[in-house]
Amino acid sequence: MSEKTSTELATAEHHGEEPLFPLPPHRHRLTDTDPRAARRAERQVATMFVLSALLVVAFVAVYVGVDVRSTLNLGPFGVVNASNLLLGLTMGGAILLIGIGAIHWAKKLMSDEEIVDERHPLGSPKEDQDAALEAFQTGVAESGFVERKIVRRSLIGALLLFPVPLIVFLKDMGPTDVNVLRETLWKKGDRILVDITLQPLRPEDLNVGTLVSASPEGLNEVQELEHTQNARAKASIILVRMKPEEIRSQQGDNWDYQGILAFSKICTHVGCPIALYQQRTHHLLCPCHQSTFDLSDSGNVVFGPAARQMPQLPITVDEEGYLVAADGFQQPVGPSFWERG
Amino acid sequence: MSVIVKEAGRAISRADERAPISSLLKANLRKVFPDHWSFMLGEIALYSFIILLLTGVYLTIWFKPSMTEVVYNGSYAPLVGIKMSEAYASALDLSFDVRGGLLLRQIHHWAALFFMAAMVVHMFRIFFTGAFRKPRELNWVIGGSMFLIVLLEGFAGYSLPDDLLSGVGVRIVAGIIEAVPIVGTYLMFFIFGGQFPGNDFIPRLYTFHVLLVPGILLALIGLHLILIFYHKHTQYPGPGRSNTNVVGFPLFPVYVAKAGGFFFVVFGVTALMGGLVSINPIWAYGPYVPDQVTAGSQPDWYIGFLDGMLRAMPNWEWEDFLGRTWSWNIFIPGAVMPGILVGLLLAYPFIEAWVTGDKREHHLLERPRNNPTRTGIGVAAIVFYGILVINGANDLIAITFNLSINQLIWFTRIAIFIAPPLAFLATRRFCLGLQRRDREKLLHGRESGQILRLPHGEFIEIHTPISDDEKAVILSKEDYPVVAAPPATDENGVRTPGLRAKRWRARLSRAYFGDNIQKPTPAEIEAAAHHSHEEHDHEVEELHAGGKEVPAVLGPDSH
Ligand code: HEM
Ligand code: FES
Repeated sequence: MSEKTSTELATAEHHGEEPLFPLPPHRHRLTDTDPRAARRAERQVATMFVLSALLVVAFVAVYVGVDVRSTLNLGPFGVVNASNLLLGLTMGGAILLIGIGAIHWAKKLMSDEEIVDERHPLGSPKEDQDAALEAFQTGVAESGFVERKIVRRSLIGALLLFPVPLIVFLKDMGPTDVNVLRETLWKKGDRILVDITLQPLRPEDLNVGTLVSASPEGLNEVQELEHTQNARAKASIILVRMKPEEIRSQQGDNWDYQGILAFSKICTHVGCPIALYQQRTHHLLCPCHQSTFDLSDSGNVVFGPAARQMPQLPITVDEEGYLVAADGFQQPVGPSFWERG
Repeated sequence: MSVIVKEAGRAISRADERAPISSLLKANLRKVFPDHWSFMLGEIALYSFIILLLTGVYLTIWFKPSMTEVVYNGSYAPLVGIKMSEAYASALDLSFDVRGGLLLRQIHHWAALFFMAAMVVHMFRIFFTGAFRKPRELNWVIGGSMFLIVLLEGFAGYSLPDDLLSGVGVRIVAGIIEAVPIVGTYLMFFIFGGQFPGNDFIPRLYTFHVLLVPGILLALIGLHLILIFYHKHTQYPGPGRSNTNVVGFPLFPVYVAKAGGFFFVVFGVTALMGGLVSINPIWAYGPYVPDQVTAGSQPDWYIGFLDGMLRAMPNWEWEDFLGRTWSWNIFIPGAVMPGILVGLLLAYPFIEAWVTGDKREHHLLERPRNNPTRTGIGVAAIVFYGILVINGANDLIAITFNLSINQLIWFTRIAIFIAPPLAFLATRRFCLGLQRRDREKLLHGRESGQILRLPHGEFIEIHTPISDDEKAVILSKEDYPVVAAPPATDENGVRTPGLRAKRWRARLSRAYFGDNIQKPTPAEIEAAAHHSHEEHDHEVEELHAGGKEVPAVLGPDSH
């Protein structure tokens, strides 16, 4: 590069209207100059297209011939669904080969000489802009939109109100009684049923250090009746047992029963169910965002993004010696909400 | 061959009698598209969307968007006899009893992940090369909106099968909605048709996922592409390239073959992934039950940053004097921060244009180093996002590396304020260093690695002139002037209108361009070239005059 050119080009201190240097000359590929190379490329492309077609046939054969439930043992990769694997391989292979073939064709056999297009300023020509403005002004004048104030204002008013029905329709998307969030199924005397077995529980069934998930009796019936899991989403609880002297505080006097404490299972952060309990520290750890609650200390938050203690359920035993709720929850369970108070 | 051409010609003229297709073809068949690997990122996103539409329609044939409780009786033995929603049962049927159903599900899910990944990297490309500058600001806004919409769409799709993993995600979203001040509880009731989980959510989400959002996306993608066509593609600087031309290959045949072929490549790879790599094995999680949770559950990666923010936030909650609950601990990371981030993202082109005061069209891409502040902002944003994603998996990290969660969260809480500014400063310096090097290269050529020993014993390194290609690239740099703040009052003592904004602009302008290394002026280049010639000639003269030996040239490999 001679010094003269670079000086000249650097002078083009503008906005790149002219290319700084000319387009480099086109370099020929092997396939441009050697007909044998071109024919080889042609064969490669055609082979890929033919293979693709064959794979489609294979796909149909797999679809018809391989049972959906059949499996293949791939050793270190484990046991896989044979139908899925073979369908994926044949379909994916068939499609991929069309793509690779086409790109190979473009790269080897189509012209790779770069061509240049000019850009033009994007705006419309001045006379078009003027004409457009004029057409608009004529239209406005003919409509009388400017002079006829009453028409204009009433139209704007009507248009502003026109979407109202569309919004009003949405009102019935859901009920609006917030108080349902304060209630759970639990009430005085409800037996505590262990999850899965659904058996009532006696204090002796619980060892110190264990955590048990439980729900109120009658939950399944309510669920059948309502056809929703709403009651379950609020009523589920955990029971833990610690030595009575380890309980430093709780949310009400004698809400435990001989060291057995019941808490809501629903995290007060954004509502994940929690069942990770560390026996030594009495910490309950939420798997979602790691809020940690100290169950020996009223279920207060010791760490994490949750702001509220885990609501405690007062418990006792009934005449037959089964654990029951001594009362319902005294505060709403689950995440905070605006009206919670 | 000639038969093909003749037949095509005839078809075109028949069509032309009904619609002016020839004019359209004439204008566009040989339209030029520049070539660069980074221009394929948007294509991957587009093709993934097409794959999603295609496979999604097939999924709708078998998927039943219903929360009605059924007892499972299909071929997946471990779940037989268990109560679950019809949605989950039908997703199981798709996976185990419909031939190719699992493949369709897995292709759909892989395509969704590729879609998001391609969009994100595509956005990086646009940002770091300044491709969002005038006249393409609107396309940046469209793209940014699509990013947000696809994020929601992906979350919706992920939640449809009503498995335990995605159900917990929905529970979290319900909790976030509840935390919105004033209207939160009602919003939650409206969306879920009452309390969580209710029976309405999956069917409503389904309409959202298969009709509403794809429709909006289709319209936005159409607009995005029309604008690209209309603006013509940007190009990287280089020889023969300028702001007023576009250099590359014609749409037909090269791009039809390359881009069309690339669609098949993306589709083929996605289908192979669907066949080879399991994704979202819903049967392993079980049906959603609100009192159960899987430990170590993770959302799809693109939701991770939200989860990371939720985890890092301190537990601030107020109860005001009316007994209203302000859940800052959830509302800030769950809604305020995402809102601010998206707002900044969409507004960026306008902010930068305001700072530079640049109203010209830009069709030549800017090298990231030539706008160090923008590049720094981009890297800082990536670091910010990265910290949140990592924090979203802090439980897994704690277990894997045997660290305490508390330490990790404190690390995040501090790093989120310190690391992005540090990344910004480091990137900015690095860019300025590259600019300095570019300037050196233009003036003195490239360090050749060859050492020359002069007769009087001094060693100098031989600089070889750089190629035209490289010069063209380096000289594409545009030096923006720093905008000065106007005086507080004009000569008549009248206060300058909008003084505050103008001062801010001057400050930002200095931050953007104050440290930029000016590209050498033509005079400087000339002087440098002259100088080196003279020096060289001088030395050679001296050597001859002294009759000394020609100095040894020590190449990098000559010892
Ligand atoms: C535009 C972007 C789209 C994204 C990001 C997306 C994402 C997803 C994801 C992640 C899933 C979960 C798949 C799984 O079970 O692992 C899903 C499910 C589903 N999607 Fe999409 N999707 C999109 C478009 C569509 C379209 C256009 C349709 C239909 C017209 C559709 C129909 C479905 C159906 C029926 C399911 C549930 C089937 C099942 O999970 O088994 N999707 N989607
Ligand atoms: S839901 Fe428990 S910490 Fe977030």
